[in-house]
This record gives sequence, structure tokens and C-alpha cells, in this order.
Amino acid sequence: MTEFTPLAALLGGGMIGLAAVLLMAVKGRIAGISGIVVRLFPPYGDGEWGGRAAFVAGLVAAPALVAVVTGVIPQPTITAGSITLIVAGLLVGVGSILGNGCTSGHGICGLSRLSFRSAIAVGTFMATAMVSVFITRHML
Amino acid sequence: MSILIQFALGLIFGLGLVIAGMSDPAKVLNFLDLASIPSGGWDGSLAFVMAGAILVTFFGFRIVLARKAPLFGSSFHLPTQQGIDARILLGPAIFGIGWGLAGICPGPAFTTLGVGSAKGALFVIAMLVGMVGTRWIITRRASPMLPMASNKSAL
Repeated sequence: MTEFTPLAALLGGGMIGLAAVLLMAVKGRIAGISGIVVRLFPPYGDGEWGGRAAFVAGLVAAPALVAVVTGVIPQPTITAGSITLIVAGLLVGVGSILGNGCTSGHGICGLSRLSFRSAIAVGTFMATAMVSVFITRHML
Repeated sequence: MSILIQFALGLIFGLGLVIAGMSDPAKVLNFLDLASIPSGGWDGSLAFVMAGAILVTFFGFRIVLARKAPLFGSSFHLPTQQGIDARILLGPAIFGIGWGLAGICPGPAFTTLGVGSAKGALFVIAMLVGMVGTRWIITRRASPMLPMASNKSAL
């Protein structure tokens, strides 16, 4: 059970949106995490490796900064076991690249650009994720 | 300069995830668990995260894209693909199954690394294998006769 936190969710969401808008303003690129991350690996093409690595480093640094400033480590609750985590990671990796985007690229950037492809993608992954949770939590 | 700014933007993105509670997979899973609505255990926060983010990007992108070019760079790189093909259904379908299994998507996967979560690291390694392997296969299929580095359009 987790607490419903609509105000923190709106504020945090707004910051995610702000980062996406500023990345577009600065580099002219979509803030899609899967697209940024996969391009840290070969094949390379556009000489933007450093910027992408810096963005991902910022992501990793964020919870550490929260821990330093507030004194509370934002500890994630990961209940899945090792095998499940490996399978889940593989599926998330394969699916995000096959579908050209994940929750950030399609979910935030795509939907706000009124992309039909992104709307289809978001509807599809929301549906399969909900089915996946239903099966693992209520049927197994 | 541009690299420092991109670090700051990743930091803002990550802080947003933490403040929104999305760095905690339990909160994500409790949103996806619609069957918990009758018992009151459902957590609708993720919908507010999406709403907050899209509210900012909906207007923000329109202001930014009205300009001729980004601050650092000659043009905006926007997706050009239109229409529905097998990949735009199959990819997200696979992605969603994995997302529902652990409650972790690519952004929060990296914030779990920041608190030194071993389980998060395991997920990230598997995710990277899936991402890089898939891109490699797609790139190879797109241009079997060309060296891979010359093909920028596959993704």
C-alpha cells in the first residue's frame, strides 16, 4: 500500500515536463530515456555521446542529491525477485527499442505533441502492464 | 557548457521522478493494479504525474518549437514516422509486460542506481542488454550490406 500523493505527483510531473521542454530548447531533442540510453552504446552516429551520458548521470545523481539535502534516502521498494527483475528488464529493454520509446518519449513527449503513434503506444503498454500486474498479483 | 546543462536537465528530470514518487516501483505497481480499486488500495498518483508533465510539455513544446533552432544545434530532431505498423504495437506490448512485472521503466531504473540498489542494478543490466541487442538486430536488418555506423535512420 502506498499513499495517494496528487500534489507531489503534479509537482514532480511538472519538473519532468520542464526538463523535457528545456532539452528541446537546448538540444532540439525528445527527452526519451530509452532513446538517450541506447545511444550510449554503438552504433554511434552523431557525436552527442557526452551530452547523453551527462543527462543519464544527472538522473542517477538525483536521488543522491535528495538524500544529501533532506537527510532521507528515497529508497525504492523493489519486491520482485532476481529472476523476475532480469526478465522484466529484458522485456522493458526490447520493447522500448522495438516501439521507439517508453513512458517518457511516448507517454510525455509524444502525447503532448498529439502523436497518434504515441497514443497507440501508450494505450498498448498501459493495457499490457495492467494485465501483467493483474496476473502476477491476483492470479499466480 | 552544453554538457553541463544536459547534466542539470537529467538532474531536474530525476528530481521530478523522486518528488513524484515514481522512483518507487511499489507506487507504480499500485497504480497499474486496477483490481485494488474496490479495496481502496489503488494509488492514482501516476496519472497526476502524467498530467503535470504533459501540461508543461504541451505548452512548452509549442513555445520552443516556434523558434527556428535549438540553442545548441542547427535543427530540431522530431520523430517523423506516421501511421501504425507492427512495431508500434508489439514494442509497447512487450514493454508493458516487463513494466508490470517489476514496476520499473527506464527513467526510474536509473534513479534506483543513485541509491545503490543492487536489485535496481540487476534490472538496469538486463534492460541494457535488451535495448542494445534489439537495436543491433534492427540496424542489421535495415542494412545487411552496409557497415553499421553508416545507418543512422534505423532508430
